[in-house]
Amino acid sequence: MSRYANNPQAIRNLIRPTEVHRDVYIDQEVFELEMKYLFANTWVFVGHESQTPNKGDYFTTEIGTQPVIMVRHSDNEIYVLHNRCPHKGTKIAIDRTGNTGKFFRCPYHAWSFKTNGCLLAIPLRKGYKDTGLEESESVHGMAPVGAVKNYRGFIFARLNKDGPDFESFFGESLSSFDNMVDRSPEGRLEVAGPPLRYMHRCNWKMLVENQTDTCHPMVAHESSAGTAIDLWEKMDKPEGTQKPMAMEVIAPFMSPYEFFENMGIRTWPNGHGHTGVHHSIHSDYSAIPGYFEQMVEAYGEERAKAILGENRHNTVYFPNIMIKGPIQQLRLFTPIAADKTLVESYIYRLVGAPDMLLERTAMYNRMINAPTSMVGHDDLEMYERAQEGLHSDGLEWVNVQRLYQEGENFDEITVENGTTERQMRNQFHAWEKYMTLTMEGDAQ
Amino acid sequence: MTTPTRDDLIDFVYEEARMLDDGRFDEWLDLWTHDSYYWMPLDYNQEDAKHVTSLLHEDAFMRKLRVERFKGERTFSQKPKTRCHHVLNRPFIDHMDEEKGEYVTHTAFHYVETRLDDQILLAATARHELKLIEGKLKITHKRVDLLNSDAAFGNIQMFL
Repeated sequence: MSRYANNPQAIRNLIRPTEVHRDVYIDQEVFELEMKYLFANTWVFVGHESQTPNKGDYFTTEIGTQPVIMVRHSDNEIYVLHNRCPHKGTKIAIDRTGNTGKFFRCPYHAWSFKTNGCLLAIPLRKGYKDTGLEESESVHGMAPVGAVKNYRGFIFARLNKDGPDFESFFGESLSSFDNMVDRSPEGRLEVAGPPLRYMHRCNWKMLVENQTDTCHPMVAHESSAGTAIDLWEKMDKPEGTQKPMAMEVIAPFMSPYEFFENMGIRTWPNGHGHTGVHHSIHSDYSAIPGYFEQMVEAYGEERAKAILGENRHNTVYFPNIMIKGPIQQLRLFTPIAADKTLVESYIYRLVGAPDMLLERTAMYNRMINAPTSMVGHDDLEMYERAQEGLHSDGLEWVNVQRLYQEGENFDEITVENGTTERQMRNQFHAWEKYMTLTMEGDAQ
Repeated sequence: MTTPTRDDLIDFVYEEARMLDDGRFDEWLDLWTHDSYYWMPLDYNQEDAKHVTSLLHEDAFMRKLRVERFKGERTFSQKPKTRCHHVLNRPFIDHMDEEKGEYVTHTAFHYVETRLDDQILLAATARHELKLIEGKLKITHKRVDLLNSDAAFGNIQMFL
């Protein structure tokens, strides 16, 4: 029985000012509508241009559940194509990454396509003579997605041809990307190795929400961060011993509530927002020798200080990525089913900066985001317990009320107490907007 | 032990796996030198442990942290606790330097981890770099390569 398809009002009814209905997380029909509307109407992250440095280089990924190929064409532009042969539907590329040369060739019937998707050749083409092939969609080749934008090396796509333009969708939230890229003395990032891949048996939105949830670290991560602090304090060590990098990375997870309250959360329109307005868990890392001097040389002292003075913690770009500017990481939450999400965690090299920065980034990634990480284990445990718990008929609504203020206006940029759940409410406001933007059906 | 025989090296590798299966983690920590590393690469044939992501790259402090965390009252992903089980191929002895007291073994193994109703099976290869110190074999470096290191896993909670 279809409850939500072509029923925008039923979708709207899932979101209250301070509560979210559990179907948003557990209902497979809602999930399918998210793929059809939310992920088609919004600008979704695809990859970084350094993943396809040369002509013919490609990278396969998904936008929502749609398989796509990001590829560098002969004109050096990056195209994003649906990964499907227009003939019988075969996926053209299976490798996660590779170089296809000047054209893609379908492994089933050898239809071939230029790297911008245009049909190049069909074997035995004469068999289509007088069949009206030129009237068919197939003749256009591999379909490009609706729109593509390269923002300072980060590739975004919108599946629908029409919809909000890139700048108005992201607006001032792009300042977090700017800050991350500006941290390179050359203003350029490069992906460093493959991403960590971590499978979560929970809804993708639980992960996105958790990025600005500042009331869980000292609870869920007491087992790792708290134990680390205890061990370090009890260790026999000469006075004045410098904290190792690993301790600098893990210890701030145990910061008290006041620390997180004071760090602040900024929300932008369309579901974007970030923690760490004033300071963050990344603020107190030791200086890397030589780095500041390189930044001053590149930008001048004032600007260098301004760039490094930003310590944004997690910036959420709605719908499904988070970036950490101060340590050059990006996490992509790819939905697979209502109760299944693939998490990929990328790290980037600051081109022109000391390798020790990359060492810290790689350390953070494996310590916090790996399927083998002690910190990630407890997050996943919580998501999976929530995914199971939400099936309880005892309550149907999830509470997102912390520091709620009546009449919240999500079209405005605001800065709030860092433990607010306003950013989650902001996301659900955007969720409702983009779910129903192109959904047909009468309001009830 | 003055000079380990091939059997001594093989027994060492088996005994280490048994300690993990039995949950004798403190004994296991004592097998390592203070400056040793336990490494699980993310990428097939990965050579750089530092500047690209690894699954694990842990020094003595981090290994101790992992063991202490297992014991914690508020370690939620270890309620109930994970159990593991190793099945080892006979280790190859790749290198024996009796003068320096340094040895390298190569062991293919299957690893099973279970918690609640879930059980995962991993195929892996371990490279042990061992050193004879005061008559005892110690691990100076252990590298574990998962056959499918690039796959998307759920939680892998124990040491392999």
